[in-house]
Amino acid sequence: MLLLKKEQLLAWLNKLTQAYQVFAPVNEEGCVSFKQIEAGDQCTLDYTNSKVPPKEVLFPRSEYLFCYRCEKEHVELKEQIDEHKKVIFGLRPCDARSFLLLDNVFRNERFQDPYYLTRRKNTVLVGLGCNQPPATCFCTSLGSGPFATEGLDLLLVDIGDRYVLEVLTERGQELLSGMELPAADQEAREAAQKVKEGAAVSSRVTLEGLKSKLDVSFDHPLWDLIHEKCLGCAACTYTCPTCHCFDIVDEAQGNEGCRVRSWDACMFPLFTLHGSGHNPRPTNKERFRQRVMHKFKYFVDNFNATACVGCGRCILNCPVNLDIREVIAEIQGTEVRSNKQ
Amino acid sequence: MKNPYLPLPMRLVKHFVETEDNLIHTFTLEFLKEEDEKSFRYLPGQFAEVCVFGVGEAPFGIASSPTEPGHLKFSVARVGVVTTALHQLPEGTILGVRGPLGNSYPIEEFKGKNVVIIGGGFAFTTLRSLVTYILHPQNRGDFGKVTVIYGARNPGLLLYKEELAAWEKRTDIELVTTIDRPVEGWSGRVGFVPAVTKEVAPSAENAYAVVCGPPIMIKFTLPVLEELGFPPERIIMSLENRMKCGIGMCGRCNVGNKYVCKDGPVFTRAQLNQLPNEY
Repeated sequence: MLLLKKEQLLAWLNKLTQAYQVFAPVNEEGCVSFKQIEAGDQCTLDYTNSKVPPKEVLFPRSEYLFCYRCEKEHVELKEQIDEHKKVIFGLRPCDARSFLLLDNVFRNERFQDPYYLTRRKNTVLVGLGCNQPPATCFCTSLGSGPFATEGLDLLLVDIGDRYVLEVLTERGQELLSGMELPAADQEAREAAQKVKEGAAVSSRVTLEGLKSKLDVSFDHPLWDLIHEKCLGCAACTYTCPTCHCFDIVDEAQGNEGCRVRSWDACMFPLFTLHGSGHNPRPTNKERFRQRVMHKFKYFVDNFNATACVGCGRCILNCPVNLDIREVIAEIQGTEVRSNKQ
Repeated sequence: MKNPYLPLPMRLVKHFVETEDNLIHTFTLEFLKEEDEKSFRYLPGQFAEVCVFGVGEAPFGIASSPTEPGHLKFSVARVGVVTTALHQLPEGTILGVRGPLGNSYPIEEFKGKNVVIIGGGFAFTTLRSLVTYILHPQNRGDFGKVTVIYGARNPGLLLYKEELAAWEKRTDIELVTTIDRPVEGWSGRVGFVPAVTKEVAPSAENAYAVVCGPPIMIKFTLPVLEELGFPPERIIMSLENRMKCGIGMCGRCNVGNKYVCKDGPVFTRAQLNQLPNEY
């Protein structure tokens, strides 16, 4: 563990921007999101969590897959792989965990997504522990926590006028080259310990038994009611650090164009609409069920992990206060009978 | 790292109006690069994403068979933006193809068995691939009796009419074609596919059934197959769902925890019985 004075932070960030694309929380009119910064003073570390998760650094809202020019006898393709070295600075431990989950999606047994994976390989994650997790956080129920280090290369713990810096990987160590930081003394360590103990995540969900309930509740009447409040706006999916659905479209003019992928959401009716007019998930009920099932059953079936990190963004951003914690509690409280015996 | 999003360039060498209602056109494509042709190794039942540059891409079952080297064939109904654009393309146009994608019909399991192939309407595309594959002189000996039951609303809507006529003449395949209502000059059967399947009554002994068609046909054909004694493990079906990536990432074609693009599109009825009815 090392010690970093807060007044050293700016110089460190400025130095990092020389060698890396640095993405850090930036406050724009009260809305915090991860943006590329040119200088350390553009970044704010005084925030609870970003509105949009830092997944957009590795999996942008919209990106070119390739561009093309069509000639009569051939077509020229130009791949658009982003190979810049990056640092995501000051992300919360829950969001670091989301990358471990997304890794499963973008690399399966047959295919690898070079866009996400190349960025992922070239990105160093510097976490910032949560001294005061807000009331919507339930990360400790999902295997994370306000100071969890899983997936991170470095972790900053704010102890007032200084940060205690936990070096977790060699890649993290590299970011500190030339810094010559002192080791954290006894007092600083104790202060960090105290901060960690004081950071209470008060809200919890019960995952135990949830999967086995969902295994047999696809046709349960609970889905008839539970979705009713939902508007299908997809604010939950767009602000979710583990949602990864996307669309692919062509943008072209004349004989030149690009293939673009953009975030999409399972909450939209067009998402699954067939050309024939048939829609396997025709109403909000099926779409809401899909979202819950995907996170808490299908993802568990496929990757043995729950596709939620407990960041609480879907709760904070839902326009009708639909709370995933209550949805889970409701499912847990439901008596389910197996419909396939 | 191989980029699964990059299409292989192909030239449209034949654009053929397949059905008399002009809804289905068959496109024959040739690889521009020899190395692409070599690397594109597929089996009947697989699909590919075909793109019209500037418009977009969409998934289609591959209608040609790997025993027909040098080209790929797709039979496409005009329903949306990409398919409408495809239908307007002149021969010679350069297209993009990504694939092969998805799993295939379980050809290895079919070996030494009788194969009953049941198709309806324009869902006959990958079934054409399968029949062509089985009938190839190098492969025919690997399979037992082959029965094909194929129905369409009227004779003009049957796909691959020339090939059907050729199969009719062969003795190593039993071809039964049927149309919904009688038409003058029609020598095949009249009736819906499930009823005709019941009449033909292919034996389930040592046999697999492959069923592809509109949902209503599937719905009524499955009980007939069950009655004939085909267990769910030996009824093979192919699903369609809206797709974008075709490689199990974009999230829209799943049925339960399975992705039609990556884990399918071919499933046994036994597998589908384990999945929610959301397709």
